[in-house]
Amino acid sequence: MITVLANPQRFLAFSRVAAPMLAVLSVVLAIWALWTGWAAPDDYQQGATVRIMFIHVPAALTGMLAYACLAGSAFFGLVFRHSLADAAARAVAPLGAAFTFLGLFTGAFWGRPMWGAWWVWDARLTSFLILFLFYVGYMALQAAIDDETKAARLSGILALVGAVNLPIVYYSVQWWNSLHQGETIFAAGGSKAAPVYLLPLLLMLGAFYAGFGALWMVRVRAEIWRRRAMALAVQGAR
Amino acid sequence: MKGFGILMKRELAVAWGRGGGPLVALAFNVCAVTLLPLAAGASLDKLKLLAPGFSWVALALASLLSLERLFERDYEDGALDVLALGPAPLELVAVAKCLAQWICVGLPLALFAPVALTALGADARLIPLTFVCAVIGGLGFAFVGGIGAAVSLGARSGGVLIAVIVLPLFTPLAIFGGGAIAGLAQGLDWTGGLMFLSAYTLLWVALGPFAMAWACRIALS
Repeated sequence: MITVLANPQRFLAFSRVAAPMLAVLSVVLAIWALWTGWAAPDDYQQGATVRIMFIHVPAALTGMLAYACLAGSAFFGLVFRHSLADAAARAVAPLGAAFTFLGLFTGAFWGRPMWGAWWVWDARLTSFLILFLFYVGYMALQAAIDDETKAARLSGILALVGAVNLPIVYYSVQWWNSLHQGETIFAAGGSKAAPVYLLPLLLMLGAFYAGFGALWMVRVRAEIWRRRAMALAVQGAR
Repeated sequence: MKGFGILMKRELAVAWGRGGGPLVALAFNVCAVTLLPLAAGASLDKLKLLAPGFSWVALALASLLSLERLFERDYEDGALDVLALGPAPLELVAVAKCLAQWICVGLPLALFAPVALTALGADARLIPLTFVCAVIGGLGFAFVGGIGAAVSLGARSGGVLIAVIVLPLFTPLAIFGGGAIAGLAQGLDWTGGLMFLSAYTLLWVALGPFAMAWACRIALS
């Protein structure tokens, strides 16, 4: 599958069909999720704010999936030298940063009514903030190197180093949090797995994943066209 | 082995002499420590709570200072090309550079850390552990920071960029080192933090040189 699509021409033909299909799937799932989500009763502890979960959790999970995609693309770009993999890595980083930011942002709006604070230094929040900073560093490095091939390769190494580091960051932050006796409110929300909430949550997760896939493909397409335009401009200048 | 000795001698001379050396890093650390009481109030009761954590943060920031020149100087004047062609692999060159960085910046800063802690009124029994953490953590700062320096070779904006790349990678070091010191201050178990700090440092002492050499080869290609 991957080797077949590594050819930019075949990828363009495939994504021309696949991207709109994923987008439609995403919209349908999102509408279905919103429908069942509004119908779900208010939580006995959290009231209507529990519905923030339907955006917050999928956004956060998509932010993490995007880093896996980034590291995978960087690996393929570095080891097999697929130029499409470089384009894919370059295209996915801003998406991942946006979804991670959405997760942090909705989390703040959920935390304000629930915990009485926009931000607490909870393990999950802190490690997520660091994930966001990883994206920022990756994009800053990518943008600061003029030679595009070198920029892709060098920032690819950074993405792989980050992939080794992120699990350690995650567990170290948890260790830190248990040492500092942090908030334990998360454990109080025992309603999380109730089926009335689980169905819209899973639907919304599907919608986010499908939407992420569609956006990623569109961005990779744009990247391929941008490179072709640059190549043509260079040819024209001769 | 003889080649490594020659490399080490060169890197030490470069790191110690040109590019600021330990004095600039120490001066930066003194400035940062001076700013804390000026900004947060001079009462020692308050400062002594902040002191261990803050001195650890200042250490992390000070170790960023000379990273920009770690590979960039040799990249710009062509010495890195010569080193890449030489008999010693680039991995060994990276090890020599990071060790020199540790000896010239990390160790002086570690020696200064007890002074900073005393000046901020911290508990005297924290000082030996802070020193040990600073010595081990400084090695980690040098090797993790070296990766950031190597991948940003040829980038337009050196210094700030390296800081943005490297500081998120420093989080486990900050957590484990700070955790060990805080554990001792609160009378909890502190060996766990020290062990984790050493383990994380060793991980990047082992993996870092390969990443750095890989980045150097890409930048030189």
